[in-house]
Amino acid sequence: MQQTTLINADIIMLNLENVDKTKVLTVMANRLIDKGYVKESYLPAVLNREEEYPTGLPTNGVGVAIPHADTKHVLKPGIAVATLKDPVKFNVMGNPEQEIDVKLLFMLAIKEPEVQVNILKKLVSIFQAKELLIKLISINCEKELVDILNSLLNKDDED
Amino acid sequence: MNKKKIVIACGTGIATSTVVADKIENLCKREGIDALITQCKVSELDAYIHGADLIVTTTVLGKKSDVPVINGLPFITGIGEEEVLKQIAEELKK
Repeated sequence: MQQTTLINADIIMLNLENVDKTKVLTVMANRLIDKGYVKESYLPAVLNREEEYPTGLPTNGVGVAIPHADTKHVLKPGIAVATLKDPVKFNVMGNPEQEIDVKLLFMLAIKEPEVQVNILKKLVSIFQAKELLIKLISINCEKELVDILNSLLNKDDED
Repeated sequence: MNKKKIVIACGTGIATSTVVADKIENLCKREGIDALITQCKVSELDAYIHGADLIVTTTVLGKKSDVPVINGLPFITGIGEEEVLKQIAEELKK
């Protein structure tokens, strides 16, 4: 089945510096707004959501966060990606008292989860691959990161 | 065995619950468990919980529930996924 490409170079931000949690979420959400993926209401929604239900994942190798907001704020599906020069503390999903150091963020603009379930599953399998995560945060070229991620997200299932 | 009702809850009901629901659906197929799986936002849980046999959540419920609750975060991080699959299968076979 033809899948929409969700990761595009215009929403990749590499080696962000001098950011804290709110700043990085704001920079990423504003990029999604500027590029027409989400409505302006996405920014406050994603900030609130992160406070209420944090999205830091205690993954092996590299801490990951997957900030996102309700489908009603989304215009077209996309996944913004950011890597951070220095890690930023995020609270852990399901266990907000715990903090982790995040260096890789995927900000999800999801419109139809049932359509994007395969991509979400593949994204999750990336979180589970320690060596791959370490490789992803070392990439310094937007296009290279886009190509790797899209080839991982769009490859055909065996089943 | 009666049909089991499983509710999967996450913060927005779109991302992690979608992945968790898919993995639990596969588990139920594999184990021959007849299950009805619904997904929701944790804030809407009250509307879905009636008659449920199990809640799997990737977030904090914020209150006590009479229905057994299993943390689904291992499905996302991959850490402890096998154990949580076993735990869910055991709960559903009770």
